[in-house]
Amino acid sequence: MDYAGKLFLILLSTVLVNNFVLSRFLGICPFLGVSKKVSTAMGMGAAVIFVMTLASLFTYIIQYAILEPLNLEYLQTIAFILVIAALVQFVEMVIQKMSPTLYQALGVYLPLITTNCAVLGVAIINIRENYDLLQTLVNGAGAALGFTLALVLMAGIRERLELSDIPEPLKGFPITLITAGLMSVAFLGFQGLIN
Amino acid sequence: MLIDILMPVLSLGGMSLLFGAGLAFASQKFAIGTDPKEEQIRQVLPGVNCGACGYPGCDGFAAAVAAGQAPITGCTVGGSSVAQDIGLIMGLEAEETQRKVAKVLCAGDCDKATNKYHYDGIEDCVAASMLADGPKECSFGCLGLGTCVRACPFDAIYIDKGIAVVDEEKCTGCEICVAVCPKNIIEMIPVSSQVQVMCKSEDKGRDVRKYCTVGCIACKICERACEYDAIKVENNVARIDYDKCVNCMVCAEKCPTKSIYADFENRRPEFVGMSN
Repeated sequence: MDYAGKLFLILLSTVLVNNFVLSRFLGICPFLGVSKKVSTAMGMGAAVIFVMTLASLFTYIIQYAILEPLNLEYLQTIAFILVIAALVQFVEMVIQKMSPTLYQALGVYLPLITTNCAVLGVAIINIRENYDLLQTLVNGAGAALGFTLALVLMAGIRERLELSDIPEPLKGFPITLITAGLMSVAFLGFQGLIN
Repeated sequence: MLIDILMPVLSLGGMSLLFGAGLAFASQKFAIGTDPKEEQIRQVLPGVNCGACGYPGCDGFAAAVAAGQAPITGCTVGGSSVAQDIGLIMGLEAEETQRKVAKVLCAGDCDKATNKYHYDGIEDCVAASMLADGPKECSFGCLGLGTCVRACPFDAIYIDKGIAVVDEEKCTGCEICVAVCPKNIIEMIPVSSQVQVMCKSEDKGRDVRKYCTVGCIACKICERACEYDAIKVENNVARIDYDKCVNCMVCAEKCPTKSIYADFENRRPEFVGMSN
């Protein structure tokens, strides 16, 4: 298979087949926390796309320019978390400046991207799969796209759930968790897409 | 050996330094000015984030005041002293506000009111009140299971002989207990008021007599005794209009069931012997 085809395959697999939220179960906290409204979900998704792509790039540089030449692979986790934390701080500043409304809407979930295991997860998977730089970027952006897709779909469903007649004991989080479970089952359908 | 320790320390430290410098630069580049008044107002607020002002916490209230959307007297917890402090910051004159405290309007403790069943469930008034309106025969009585005690952020409520009592000194008037009481028997009363009807029972007098010795039986003796038209019987229970009440305490003296509480020790001398 040619290189472009392989890139496309990585993108497809990370968005749909190995969707970070619904198949790998990473980043569940913001998935449940910020999925009340489609508009905030979009904003969160945009922030995550930005952070994840940049984090993929920086972790790639750090892994192959610093950690491997110095035989410090065991520092991978702590070094990656450092990069992610710094990046999230930066994104927070930018969003606060550019769009205070979005900043208010994202609230505590924005700093929580720092501890979002999806971001660390994508960085580590990039290294484990021995991707080159371009593949790393595609995988990072794809994972974030998949996260955004799941988030926005969930937000759309939850907006409609608000207006529907739900049995009293299931109102709020119970029905949300059931919805998330059913979405995850639905995404299992993509498993056969790539052999 | 030494290099094995130094390398990770130096490389991680170097990275941190680099990111730190980058962030410091970015924070200057993307600095946004906040209203200094907001910060000052936040400083004089009590900081308990009780939400009694209707805004999400003290930060939200400070922002609203600084933006001119909330009145400077909005913080009931802080009372008039905080209102004056905010007034100084905003350059506005604070009007004197009457402090109000919460009061549990039920005097039917274990000795005075009877129970219809023995409750052995969760120690919570809301849970108990779902079971046939609670264990008390009177469906308007304090259940004394302490839902308000746990809700109070200022530790101002305690249970005495099965009845919740508010400590007037500690009460800040945040109204959280008013909201959580399933029986709706906690009311905000001006702190200067010395007379209160300690009953909210809307049952007929005949029924009240059966289960409580200090309940209001709606006999209207207080209504006739009041010279100031300040007490009225509505829905089988007496209510005081605190704007009209002058604390003469005649109603409390005349009340046959003693369901009206009055602070006789601090009665003003000109009212003593008025009821004769």
